[in-house]
Amino acid sequence: MQTLKRVRRKWQLYGFLAIPLIWLILFRYGPMYGAQIAFRDFLPGQTIWDSPWVGLAQFQRFFQSPVFSVLIRNTLGLSLYALIIAFPFPILLALSLNQVKQKRFKETVQLITYAPNFISTVIMVGIILRFFDMRTGPINQVIQWLGLQPINFMGEAALFPSIYVWTNIWQYMGFNSIIYIAALSNIDPALHEAAVIDGASRVRRIWHIDLPGILPVVIVMLILNLGQILSVGFEKAFLLQTPLNLSTSEIISTYLYKIGIVGGFTNFSFASAIGLFNAAIGFIFIVTAQKISKRLAGIGLW
Amino acid sequence: MQSPIKESGGDWLFNLANTIFLIFVSFVILYPLIHIISASLSAGEAIMSGQVGLIPVGFNLKAYQKVLEYPLIWVGFSNSLFYASIGTLVNVTMTLVAAYPLSRADLPGKNIFLTLFVFTMMFNGGIIPTYLLVKDVGLLNTRWALIIPNAISVWNLLITISFFRTSIPLELHEAAQLDGASDFNYFIKIMLPLSTPIIAVLTLYYAVGHWNQFFDAMLYLSKTELYPLQLILRQILIDSQIDLSLMTDIREIAQREELQALIKYAVIVVTSLPVMLIYPFAQKHFVKGITLGAVKD
Repeated sequence: MQTLKRVRRKWQLYGFLAIPLIWLILFRYGPMYGAQIAFRDFLPGQTIWDSPWVGLAQFQRFFQSPVFSVLIRNTLGLSLYALIIAFPFPILLALSLNQVKQKRFKETVQLITYAPNFISTVIMVGIILRFFDMRTGPINQVIQWLGLQPINFMGEAALFPSIYVWTNIWQYMGFNSIIYIAALSNIDPALHEAAVIDGASRVRRIWHIDLPGILPVVIVMLILNLGQILSVGFEKAFLLQTPLNLSTSEIISTYLYKIGIVGGFTNFSFASAIGLFNAAIGFIFIVTAQKISKRLAGIGLW
Repeated sequence: MQSPIKESGGDWLFNLANTIFLIFVSFVILYPLIHIISASLSAGEAIMSGQVGLIPVGFNLKAYQKVLEYPLIWVGFSNSLFYASIGTLVNVTMTLVAAYPLSRADLPGKNIFLTLFVFTMMFNGGIIPTYLLVKDVGLLNTRWALIIPNAISVWNLLITISFFRTSIPLELHEAAQLDGASDFNYFIKIMLPLSTPIIAVLTLYYAVGHWNQFFDAMLYLSKTELYPLQLILRQILIDSQIDLSLMTDIREIAQREELQALIKYAVIVVTSLPVMLIYPFAQKHFVKGITLGAVKD
């Protein structure tokens, strides 16, 4: 009774929440309910609900198909490569910017380095294709000027992960440094003052004060990144794909899109099973990462 | 912060190296951007022969003329303007309306609702079931398909809740309650006027999201007249589907290729311009969005 009274007194607040909640249930939980299509055999002309229940058959089909290992290898390989290579760059940039005293210079560098973050993926891929173009791209022009053979960057499967990761670094290094810059600004200046009195050089202060000061944030970011490991950006990989680099550029999400949406109705159940598998693994990763983060650093997303 | 302190001897060397490093990073980021602009303003032969660096060679505006003559660019522009304005309006309204009750500690069941929202950040039904839902509710091939299914970003919702909790003093609520203000009036008359910083952050994040949005449009729209700019751009930049036959007499293949490259550069410039022009003025709001996200309660 007490609770009911409390609830009734807040009816206006529930009024605010009503439409967002309906939206959430329809557009976020609705698809989760609809995901049971993965356990059925959906055929054109049927609804989800009257197509026959086949249990885990679609999942088995995926695990036994020859693409399975390729997709897992490509997806994991790409995100691990990105994680290991790209992760330190924003930290390095933040530590370096934090040492700059001239406000103007610092702000200019920030303005420049954050800018590529706002370029859309389509334009970014357009830029990449222009720069790496076999005949007219500036990179191959330099290579030819050096007297070497031009490289068909987009046609070399082995080069795809590097192109993907290094252009990501170019695009996101600046913007991703913001969180570390914020963490650095929270470090107690008294620590630096004391260190200077003790005669510590800048490098030593970065090593012994700045780095330990932002370590909790670094750990959280690292672990949250690990949690996202199976959700490599669909758009960029998809747009960078050419028939020649598919052996490394086909990842779970691009394959799912092609087989499910482009392939048409007949594959809806199979594609949904791949999606559900991906979502479930992703969920396990995120929850595990959160647990580790809580234990190691005492902080997490929730 | 550290300026009043005297530096130790060898630090000028460090400063020098650090400055050179930052100039190098800025150059690496800026070079491609400037190169694109100067290439778009150059002569076709100059691009093909690799003469263009940071300064246009054989300055001309031919590529821009071609781009602006291309009707689909304008279709994309006006559609994206619609998605960015109406979509952002829906996004910001829904986010504020959802964040207000969820920011109130005195809302019974608050944690259940919050969990319902946060769970969707970690798990989703997948592309196919979402596609089927959008189809079943009749949104497929309508403008609303790009607006309603993503009306709220949970991440932005969490930022907004965090703003409401940390930036609006609790005493205001107590005072308003003493004055007999209803929860509705408190939101409209007191919270909203104090929320301009978060509204700015949300507007920018959502608007850039709509402007750069590509995947949902590819998934849900098949009518060209509904295409946002990014889908048109994909045709031009990646599939090289710009119809040159519509354009003046170009007979030679080489010339055609030159013009293709030139047009691509100009398209990149024209379509990135709106965001790039707004960005420097809005930079502090984007940064605020990140730091708000890092605030924990």
